[in-house]
Amino acid sequence: MKKDEVPQDDENLFEGKFKVVKYAVDENGNYGTVGSSGWEPENVVLNQAWEEINKKVEETKKKIEAGELSPLAYHMEKNIMDVGMLSQYMDISKRNVSKHLELAGFNELDEKTLKRYAEVFDISVEELKKTE
Amino acid sequence: MKIDFEHRQSAHCETGVISNLMRHHGLDISEPMALGIGSGLFFSHMPFIKVNGLPVTTYRIMPGDIFKKFSKRTGVEMKRQAFSSPEKAMNELDACLEQGLPVGMLTSVFYLPYLPRAFRFHFNAHNIVVYGKEGDDYLVSDPILEKPEVIDRRMLIRARFAKGMPNTNGRMYYPTHVPKDIDINVAIIKGLKYTAKDMGTIPLPIFGGRAIGFLASRVANYDKKYGKEEAKKYLGNIVRMQEEIGTGGAGFRFMFGAFLQEASARLGNPVLHKKSLEITKIGDQWRNFAYDCGRMCKDRADNLTYQDLADQLSDIGRKEILFFQSIHKMKF
Repeated sequence: MKKDEVPQDDENLFEGKFKVVKYAVDENGNYGTVGSSGWEPENVVLNQAWEEINKKVEETKKKIEAGELSPLAYHMEKNIMDVGMLSQYMDISKRNVSKHLELAGFNELDEKTLKRYAEVFDISVEELKKTE
Repeated sequence: MKIDFEHRQSAHCETGVISNLMRHHGLDISEPMALGIGSGLFFSHMPFIKVNGLPVTTYRIMPGDIFKKFSKRTGVEMKRQAFSSPEKAMNELDACLEQGLPVGMLTSVFYLPYLPRAFRFHFNAHNIVVYGKEGDDYLVSDPILEKPEVIDRRMLIRARFAKGMPNTNGRMYYPTHVPKDIDINVAIIKGLKYTAKDMGTIPLPIFGGRAIGFLASRVANYDKKYGKEEAKKYLGNIVRMQEEIGTGGAGFRFMFGAFLQEASARLGNPVLHKKSLEITKIGDQWRNFAYDCGRMCKDRADNLTYQDLADQLSDIGRKEILFFQSIHKMKF
């Protein structure tokens, strides 16, 4: 990659905060660094990953509205976690987390466990019970 | 409490932290040198290990191993610690800062609020340096950023005690002894030979240059095997690992080219300069591959097929094997 080929395809993924460093050669083939505000293929695949996450969040929301899942499922997906990761953060079994993802299991939760879940997601217990 | 620490922006977190920490302790090492001496460049495709349902493709050795190899080859001694509780981890950090020691540590980018939202996944192997404390705020040199940042104690604890792959367990490290008489040339040759051997000669299909051909054979069938939509996710993941923040472009191949040039100058070895230009060309091929994958993911690929992408990869694979074998055979 030549220095003048270092891509500047800014799609604001860096939120204007910084440019990343790329290694590239000058006209004599000597290496140096150049700042890059983004590259289209990178932007494409990064957006692709987020679309996938957002899709899951929306699907989960629908299932919650239909009473198939508890609001916990929404916060889990929104925080890009799965049952395994959430169980590690909570230090409880995967089976228990799965139980709490169901509405019945969630409604039985005591205040202490609700609070721990809320802490994991860095929200209040009230927020934990909602899907916003 | 602020240690006089020079923050320099880098392409990759681990090599950047090595470079910045070493310079602080009087050893002037560029980022590409850290990559080369630490044998950071690699390739592996492991379809049976999946993260978020997608097979792992990596362009580098395991997180943390660049630092370990770098230390071994230079004789730099490091203190490495992990902690059972955040309290202990933060107390130890504070104690180091009090002694004037900048501390490297492992964090999860998910909990680093100063990073742009789009990059905050549960990636638990991000290296940063903390070099001061003001009230409840810690001063952070995050190598991928242009300027130093600040993070409050609460979020730093979250970042240092992230769960998943791997659990960060408050891991931190700092050099305890940086020898004054390091023979950098010997370290360069050791690092280079190791990379050349692994990339050029490992007979297994999932590691080294051969794994690129192996990935090619998988890519050729992605659309038939997984269907059009799923196949795009598989492709996207390959490109993310190659290009997303921290490789300096083309999955570390360009940074490696920069290393070869520096090595050539230091060792007075013109062949390595030629090799640098060779890997730069291969890096350009990696970039073209990523570009075409991006088009494929966006349905802008016209007549491009998965077989075409696989052919590109096979060619890169053949060239990388020959490239690293030729370095492996070099006498220094």
